[in-house]
Parts: sequence; C-alpha cells; structure tokens
Amino acid sequence: MNENSAGAAAPGSHGTHVMPPSVLIGTAAALLALTAVTVTSSRIDLGEWNVIVALAIACTKAALVALFFMHLKYENRFQLVVLVSAVVFAVLFVAFVVFDTTQYQPSIRAAERQVQAKSP
Amino acid sequence: MSERATSGASTGEALPAPARFLAHHFSSMEAQSETSKLGIWLFLGSEVLFFSGLFTAYGVYRANHYALFRYAHHFLDWKMGALNTVVLVTSSLSAAWSVRCAQLGQRRALNLTLVLTLLLAGTFLVVKYFEYSHKLHNGIAWGAACHPSEHILATLPPAARAQPVPSDLGTFFSIYYLMTGLHGIHVLVGMGLYVWLLRRAGRGDFGPGYYVPVDSVALYWHLVDMIWIFLFPLFYLI
Repeated sequence: MNENSAGAAAPGSHGTHVMPPSVLIGTAAALLALTAVTVTSSRIDLGEWNVIVALAIACTKAALVALFFMHLKYENRFQLVVLVSAVVFAVLFVAFVVFDTTQYQPSIRAAERQVQAKSP
Repeated sequence: MSERATSGASTGEALPAPARFLAHHFSSMEAQSETSKLGIWLFLGSEVLFFSGLFTAYGVYRANHYALFRYAHHFLDWKMGALNTVVLVTSSLSAAWSVRCAQLGQRRALNLTLVLTLLLAGTFLVVKYFEYSHKLHNGIAWGAACHPSEHILATLPPAARAQPVPSDLGTFFSIYYLMTGLHGIHVLVGMGLYVWLLRRAGRGDFGPGYYVPVDSVALYWHLVDMIWIFLFPLFYLI
C-alpha cells in the first residue's frame, strides 16, 4: 500500500495508478477460487440453472479481471463506457437471436412433423 | 522524432527515454498515452463484438440441440480445461505485474514477468495442442469429418455410451474448434507481442515515463483471458 501511494504521487505521472501487489494477488486468488466454484457447481445437477450459475460466475470473474487486472476501476470513465457498450451490444445480439430461434422452434418442428406424416 | 534525436545529439546530451518515443503529432507524452489508451480500449470493444458472433452461433445451436451438447461435452476433458484456466489466470497476474514493474522502473522484474507471461502463454498452447491432437487422432474433427473412433467412445461414461452417436456431433465440434481456435490464434498473437515487448525491455525502452506498450499488450492479454473465462464453462462444464 505504501508503494501504491508513492507511485500515484510520483511527479509527472498524472493518471498513473500503480497496482499494489496485494490487489493483484488478491484478484488472482479470487479468480482461482471462482474457477474451483464453477467446476464444483457444474457437478451438481441444477437443471436449467447450471448454465445460469456458470455464466454468473464467469461474469463475476470477467468483472474482476476488468476492474483490477485491467485497472478499469482507476481509469477515465470513458474507457468503461467503451467496454460496457461493446458488452451490452454483444449481449443484445446473443439474447435476441437466441430468443428468436427458440420462439420459432416449436412451429418449425410441427411443420417438419407434418411434412413427414404426408410423405410415408 | 528524428529531428529531436539529432538536436539531442548535436548538443551532446542524450534525451531522457520518454521523450524519444513522443510521436511528432502529439503535444505531450501524456496526450500520447491517453490517446493510446483510448485506442486500445476501442480495439478491445471491437474484439468483444468480433467474438459475439461465435457466441451467438453457440447459443443458437445449444438452445435447439441441448441433448447434443450434453452428449458431446463428455469428449472434452474438464481437467485439461481447468488446468488451462489456472495457466491463463497466472499469466494474467504476471502480465498485470509487468505493468507495475514498468511503472516503477524495475527493469529486472519487468523482464522476469514478461518471460513468465510468455512461457505461460506457451504452456496454454501446449495443453491445447495435446487436446486437439488427441481428438483429431480419434476422428473427432469438425463438420461431416467427425467420426469418433471405438477407442474414444469406450472412454465415455456408461450413460453416454448407451446412446447412438448423434449425426450432428460434427456441428458441435465445428463450433468448438472455431471458438477455441480463434481464441488460440489470439494467444499466438499475444506471444508475438510479448516477444516484441521483451526485445524492447531488453533495450531499456520502458520506465516510469514510458510504459504504454507494456500496458496495452497486458490489456489485450487480459481480454484473451476473459474470453477463456467464458469458453471454459460453456464447453467443458455443460
């Protein structure tokens, strides 16, 4: 922590934030612990919830990487806006396409069954 | 830059390291590093969108063929995936540490962390190579070329062995090879960038006044780690 404040206060280093070792090691330890949690949770059958739990853990890990390893927490807000808007559009893309395909799947299956019934 | 270099040489005094790297179209080192930072973040945003197409393919196929995904993930060894997760997280730690070393002007530690990051990236690809070659030797390829061998089918858990091999198994592996392959190419590019950083660090280019390249490459490397954080549970832990 001492080194951190010394680094931040160094002359001519406006906007520089030196990550203290404790934060770096803490982030890595949290990431490894969450990896163990995600492996363990995948062995418990939660049905539909398995993928939701896995994605929630993955998002938490990604947030830890972004905030501390990529020091987004200490950056100009604009960098955060760039990343968050890219992620929002990526999520919209995946979600809308998946909703769309699942919406029409039952009627596609029904039509396929009809075609099969007609051609013996 | 050449103008500055010659003026420095004519007065007989060497310019301080940071000023040597100030491009002529920037007013100050600070303006230059802020611009680089925004540039790299915009690039990372485009990388997220680049991968989103493949994640959509995954989502659509999984939503419609969940049973296939349950069946196919038995061919992937979660221990290999978990090992690679540990390798990448450690390399990310090392990359973040290298930025700290550059900011504090610790040249020996900078070299050490850069080498460590490079070695761990190489380890990731070696593990991936063993995974790919094991699959390809056993007929697990992409698309219509996917014909699992008797040998690999015998290693499946009993419940999966009782099922017939799904006809669209190759489609799952097309998605698998595309997503992990594109990620692997990113790892390879990252290794190239770390070799470049090592050469420059060896010349003594980096220090408290100039560390943008170390920071930018580390940011890219963290994004590569982040993508793997999603690929690991989505493929290995269905």
